[in-house]
Amino acid sequence: MPAVTQSIALAEPRRAARKGPSRGLDTVFRLCSYGAALIVLLVLAGILGSIVYGGWPAFREFGFGFLTSSAWNIGTEQYGALVAVLGTVASAFLALLIGVPVSLGIAIFLTQLCPGWARKPVAMTIELLAAVPSIIYGMWGLFIFAPLFARFVQIPLSNVVEGMPILGTVLYARVPSGVGVFTAGVILAIMIVPFIASIARDMLDQIPTVLRESAYGIGCTTWEVVRHVLVPQAAVSIIGAIMLGLGRALGETMAVTFVVGNANRLSASIFDPSSTIASRIANEFNEADGLQLNALMALGCILFVITFIVLIIARLLTRRVRAA
Amino acid sequence: MNAASAMSTGDLTRGAPAPGRAVRIAVKDLNFYYGSFHGLKNVNLNFHDRQVTALIGPSGCGKSTLLRCFNRIYSLYPEQRAEGQILLDGQNVLDSHVDLNELRSRIGMVFQKPTPFPMSIYDNVAFGLRLYEKLPKAELDVRVEESLRKSALWDEVKDKLKQAGTGLSGGQQQRLCIARTVAQKPEVILFDEPTSALDPISTGRIEELMEQLRDEFTIVIVTHNMQQAARISQYTAFMYLGELVEFGQTDKIFMNPTERRTQDYITGRFG
Amino acid sequence: MDAVNTLAMSPSRGSRVRPGRRIADRMLRVSCLVATVVGAVVLGSILLMLIVEGIRGFSPALFTQPTPGPGSEGGGIANAILGSLVLTTIGIVVAAPIGVMAGTFLAEYGRTSKLADVIRFLNDILLSAPSILIGLFVYTLMVRPMGSYSGWAGGVALAIIAVPVIVRTTEDMLRLVPGTLREAGAALGAPPSKVITSVTWKAASAGIVTGIILALARIAGETAPLLFTALNNNSWFSANLMGGVANLPVMIYQFALSPYPNWQGLAWAGALLITGTILALSIVARLVIKPQRSR
Repeated sequence: MPAVTQSIALAEPRRAARKGPSRGLDTVFRLCSYGAALIVLLVLAGILGSIVYGGWPAFREFGFGFLTSSAWNIGTEQYGALVAVLGTVASAFLALLIGVPVSLGIAIFLTQLCPGWARKPVAMTIELLAAVPSIIYGMWGLFIFAPLFARFVQIPLSNVVEGMPILGTVLYARVPSGVGVFTAGVILAIMIVPFIASIARDMLDQIPTVLRESAYGIGCTTWEVVRHVLVPQAAVSIIGAIMLGLGRALGETMAVTFVVGNANRLSASIFDPSSTIASRIANEFNEADGLQLNALMALGCILFVITFIVLIIARLLTRRVRAA
Repeated sequence: MNAASAMSTGDLTRGAPAPGRAVRIAVKDLNFYYGSFHGLKNVNLNFHDRQVTALIGPSGCGKSTLLRCFNRIYSLYPEQRAEGQILLDGQNVLDSHVDLNELRSRIGMVFQKPTPFPMSIYDNVAFGLRLYEKLPKAELDVRVEESLRKSALWDEVKDKLKQAGTGLSGGQQQRLCIARTVAQKPEVILFDEPTSALDPISTGRIEELMEQLRDEFTIVIVTHNMQQAARISQYTAFMYLGELVEFGQTDKIFMNPTERRTQDYITGRFG
Repeated sequence: MDAVNTLAMSPSRGSRVRPGRRIADRMLRVSCLVATVVGAVVLGSILLMLIVEGIRGFSPALFTQPTPGPGSEGGGIANAILGSLVLTTIGIVVAAPIGVMAGTFLAEYGRTSKLADVIRFLNDILLSAPSILIGLFVYTLMVRPMGSYSGWAGGVALAIIAVPVIVRTTEDMLRLVPGTLREAGAALGAPPSKVITSVTWKAASAGIVTGIILALARIAGETAPLLFTALNNNSWFSANLMGGVANLPVMIYQFALSPYPNWQGLAWAGALLITGTILALSIVARLVIKPQRSR
């Protein structure tokens, strides 16, 4: 390295040190933002803590039997979670069964088939559906969907399947009122469709055009491009979106409370009224006290565990894609 | 300050460093790490008072890294660290108890892409002033005007000081950033490829401007444009792979470099 | 589908596209179209229902009179409207500073820290947590200790729902601000808090405001957490937030499921009012964010 020839003659400082803005304020600001972030942690811990605390007496009283018992008797103070848990899982499962194909269809339509001018308005309409409060879906389900469904589907179908093995149980409506687990599933499907569809659309949009064009370039049909190129590319994040939708369906309260029928009856028919965890809490909590209140809190714990497992899986799936 | 007179003094001294100018910044045994990557290796270098020193070299040679050590802007990123000494007027800026904010008010920096803040032109220039000096409104106005004049932007913006700084053209935005830096009356101004995002005409104006600013400020500029280095600097340092290869008066580096690698780079054989 | 695999082996004469491939393609197109049409029809039917049933209940009395007693005629929902305004205002006023500051922590201070990773992850989970659980939490936290349903409890429950929305959008929007802007601020000697408050927040302001509006739209229609917190109050709105407070969502829930036609009519009117407001807020949020995207 060439030598630096000049000797180091340090210049005199030109002026006295400046007085900067106060450091205290900076620290206060940082601590405030830190504290605000910690509130998120505290709230989540608080939710878990409060329902575990509230539900503890019920778990202690009934033990593991709380999960397997279908009793819900306020007079004899016998409580079990089975009906509500099954109702929750069944309605959410039906919601996925109906909602996922429709959401993917909409996403594919919007990204691959829809003429350009219609894309924005249709996409926006679907996203606005997600903003409609859940209670409105409940009212629609109870007052519009249920009567039509009872008249044009349940009654004819019950007549057909009556007496048949399996189908005669699963699809038979004892009281064709239109409300029940299946209707809850339909309403939940409608609620999660905009959600899954808009995420799936974003994911399909992010796939490089080159990939699509090269598939079309070798003569693939739209179906083949979707099936072999687009879906595999976006699969992980679409599954993540579906899990998020599932998380919503499991915890949705108001819409389900309107249409599920709110009965505590174990039934094999998907057309029979039942309950979900959320609908039972919504229905009974305000009038409950003593052990019933504890049992409702315990139901809340179960809901917490189920939804949080689903949501954690969902976030892990969607996150891996975001980082990639 | 009168722009015309500043121009002429600039012309007189162009390319000819005044001998014996004091050393303003002394870099001693400087090493820099990005995580485990050794970005600067034992750099020793002096920067002279009120002269322009250009740092040249191929991409990734560490010239920007060196520049970012002077005001410790790298410390925004926790995985980056520097070791060694950088003496500004004898005080080691790498010392852990140096007040970073005060240091940065003494060493200004202009970035590759113009970085106007999302506020009015006036507020952009006043931003740094308001941090360190409680000035009455009238005096603030004077300082803002003075800074905009020094950065040759006043005539273009004097009627729209309340308009957004982001609405200016790229070259104007860059001069606004220079005005914002100059307003704080720093001792040193660091330029990190200030014209690489600009068109030739804007580039010319910024180069003229640096010529004038040299009367008042010690300037360090990183550039990948060798003609630019030759035009505006009195001293040039050539860096390669994190090492300082050669440092000297600009004329000498360009006309008669000692090192083979310097010659190869200057004649365009690599980089 | 083995259509692609057989493509290479298809005979060189005649159409290379086997009928099976055509049918699969046709079916995909048709079913996607059907899915979209079904979606549109459902939305249309929901809006139609709201408008038809809701308009009937619209009258000046709706906005000037409190909810009537069971089985009686007339009345309005003025107390519920006012109560909803108060509750959402409390919710957003509490949530906005917390959400913006927490989002700022994640985007500015905690970019690389483990704690920030954890908080970011849990915030995303809180974002989709069942709102009824939040109701149970606030019930345990406030209603039980204080001995009665209260407007404050309702406001806090809504705030807890709004916070994660604001945290997420604030962080996302701050991350869109180029790092050079922060460097430029720091290079002028501005301390981090100054750079954040007067540079990055300003650069991201449209996005942050959008997040707050979206959060407002989200909590305006929330019912479940209010059931156990603010509940309802059929008398005129009183300034006393220590008691139950009438609000639109709970009013709609109770009235819609009641046997009285008058109450049901009021529920429809309230539903139209609240949905219209929320859709308007969502559209406004989109308009606010637009100019920033195009920049």
